[in-house]
Amino acid sequence: MTDHGHHELPFWRKYIFSVDHKVIGIQYAVTALVFLFFGFSLMMLMRWQLAYPGQPLPVFGKLLGETAMPGGVMAPEFYNQLGAMHGTIMVFLGVVPLAVGGFGNFVVPLQIGAPDMAFPRLNMVSYWVFLPGCILMLCSFLMPGGAAQSGWTSYPPLSDIAPSGQTVWCLAMVLIITSSLLGSINFIVTIVQLRAKGLSFWRLPFFVHAQLVTAFLLLLAFPPLEAATVMQIMDRVAGTSFFLPSGLVVSGEQLKVAGGGSPLLWQHLFWFLAHPEVYVLILPGMGIVAEVIANNTRKPLWGYRLLVYSVIFIGFMSFVVWAHHMFMTGMGTTMSTFFQTTTMIISIPSVVILTCFIMSLYGGNIRFTTPMLFATAFLPMFAIGGLTGLPLGLTAADIYLHDTFYVIGHFHYVVAPGTLFALFAGVYYWYPKATGRQLSDKLGKVHFWLSFVAINLVFMPMFFQGMAGLSRRLYDPTVYAHGRGVQALNVLISWGAWGLAIAQLPFIINFVMSLRAGARVAENPWHSTTLEWAAPSPPGHGNFLTEPVVYREPYEYSVPGKTKDYSPQFQAEG
Amino acid sequence: MSETVIPYMVKPHPVTGLPNGKLGIWLFLASEVMLFGALFSSYVLIRIGAPHWPPEGGLSSEILNVPLGTFNTAVLITSSITMVLAWASCKMGSLPRFKMWMSATVFLALVFLVVKYFEYSDKFHHDHFPSHDNFFAVYFLLTGLHGLHIVGGIVVNTFLLTAGSKMWQTDPEHFTNRVENAGLYWHFVDLVWIFLFPSLYLL
Repeated sequence: MTDHGHHELPFWRKYIFSVDHKVIGIQYAVTALVFLFFGFSLMMLMRWQLAYPGQPLPVFGKLLGETAMPGGVMAPEFYNQLGAMHGTIMVFLGVVPLAVGGFGNFVVPLQIGAPDMAFPRLNMVSYWVFLPGCILMLCSFLMPGGAAQSGWTSYPPLSDIAPSGQTVWCLAMVLIITSSLLGSINFIVTIVQLRAKGLSFWRLPFFVHAQLVTAFLLLLAFPPLEAATVMQIMDRVAGTSFFLPSGLVVSGEQLKVAGGGSPLLWQHLFWFLAHPEVYVLILPGMGIVAEVIANNTRKPLWGYRLLVYSVIFIGFMSFVVWAHHMFMTGMGTTMSTFFQTTTMIISIPSVVILTCFIMSLYGGNIRFTTPMLFATAFLPMFAIGGLTGLPLGLTAADIYLHDTFYVIGHFHYVVAPGTLFALFAGVYYWYPKATGRQLSDKLGKVHFWLSFVAINLVFMPMFFQGMAGLSRRLYDPTVYAHGRGVQALNVLISWGAWGLAIAQLPFIINFVMSLRAGARVAENPWHSTTLEWAAPSPPGHGNFLTEPVVYREPYEYSVPGKTKDYSPQFQAEG
Repeated sequence: MSETVIPYMVKPHPVTGLPNGKLGIWLFLASEVMLFGALFSSYVLIRIGAPHWPPEGGLSSEILNVPLGTFNTAVLITSSITMVLAWASCKMGSLPRFKMWMSATVFLALVFLVVKYFEYSDKFHHDHFPSHDNFFAVYFLLTGLHGLHIVGGIVVNTFLLTAGSKMWQTDPEHFTNRVENAGLYWHFVDLVWIFLFPSLYLL
């Protein structure tokens, strides 16, 4: 690169090994969208086995080979691989890279008026560590014995003695964690150091606050999982016994290891990451919803400061709730009581945030654009997900519900119709900024309504199955009598899931076609107030044509006495 | 296409008082604290769960070589001092003195690794591999990861000593900041060893 002139960079520097936060953001987003659909496809395969256990799968059954699907019927080992990889891919390769890597990278520097991230080259490295991690994760399917099959949580001792795909899982995780650490450092430094003139902390859009807390969670919660993953690699490769207790018997024979380790140690280290990770999944989504709601109700967010305090409080509390995933491990009632209490406390700021959003709708002049539909749907969906979590946080109720389909229903309501709907809202909302063209509103609405119906068909019945006692991770749900009573629901869920896949077609068509055919837009198509709408669509290298200065708080919509119903942060005379 | 100018790359931000790089390195060290914190916690948990430590009997100080460990502690503390002197030489505007002290730092780091090599090969010679028992598993995991951090420090410091020092001609202040950041990392690596040595060798 040179310091003068405006000559074009070669293709590979501009689009492949780019240091521009916008290109990196789009790289992350596209990779993550591809993996979201891939992870979803794994689940669609599993849904066949769950709906029609033991029956050969038409067409695809033959394509997947004799080891995975002998005679077109899914092998139990393959079912376990699909389950473990679905979870891993959706969380670590799908939602987080889209929410943080995609939207964080693209939007945060624009919203704070910065020319780029604080460390552009580090940003590029973080993507190019992430992508090999993803590819490695996929390659684990090719290992002898197949991919990881001990659940996305990889609990030892099962994972310690699993086939070699698990080692590849660990290595891929180390790469993905490293990428995440580099990214989070970059986000914090960018938000702290590079805000535009006049952009004090109380003038930051809520999305930026949410990303800042998320970055701290990633920074401080991921290293313990990195440590744990390294220990699992040691257990598997070097023959150590960090997670293997003495006298462990496998297939009738005592395992020849030194012993003396603790399987619970892995669970503690894993959930020390994975609980904050839950908030990593949801906080950026809440940030997007806040932006979209303020923009489409044409009024300021209700309780902006309350939202910020809540999100910071969630950040702190999320580090002391992890063992509520472990009530059934026999760690003792004192520990359980402590974590039950902290879990009840952390639900308070979540409810505060949701209440603020609902209050923001009140009295608003609501425009039901596609992003707004997704954002409004987020509210009841997240509420269902959050409220069904409370019984799981109470030790007594958890004894009954633990590891049933109720749990699956609960966290999918938070992440799928919750976070994913928020992320879709973000895609529809910021697509014009990224491409300079609008997504079709008609196709968007078809996408929304079909998805909304299908996704509830998928997850709502799971609560009933779980309350009937159906265990998660069962290869054949009809193997126990109490499962047979709710088997009809499994058929319904599976058809719902396949319908959900069809509901994504309008989105894919819209996303690709609008790149060329979408209506061109100016800088500020949504008449929004935050800084990213001051830059051209799409913004060039360096983002802003003139250095932006911030004059007011982020959501000044419908200010009395003004001619326009929005007063942008970047205009002295709103 | 012009290169984007990122503010506060060299000069400190008026509010935080830090340039970007220094804030970044502090955040990185915070994540490192969590990494080694998790490893130390795991060590504590495995150790209090064991009926005897080390599991095969005896004392840690009899199994591990305390004189060599003490020597290595002294080596690393000295290298921290030479690192500070290297940074101070930059501050005082002398590149040759920087090169002298930085070479000393890299040299001492290599001495540490050589001593570590002899310690490891002695353990392997007695069939004390990580799989032997959890005492050795913890020992090799913690010192191994620490050793990787030493290697990382050597790579960074060698870069600053050679190709990286060209920046001294164009932007001495930026270069001095880089040396300071490398120094912060290096002190952290030393500090980890100062916790590792007593908790593995002596207790």
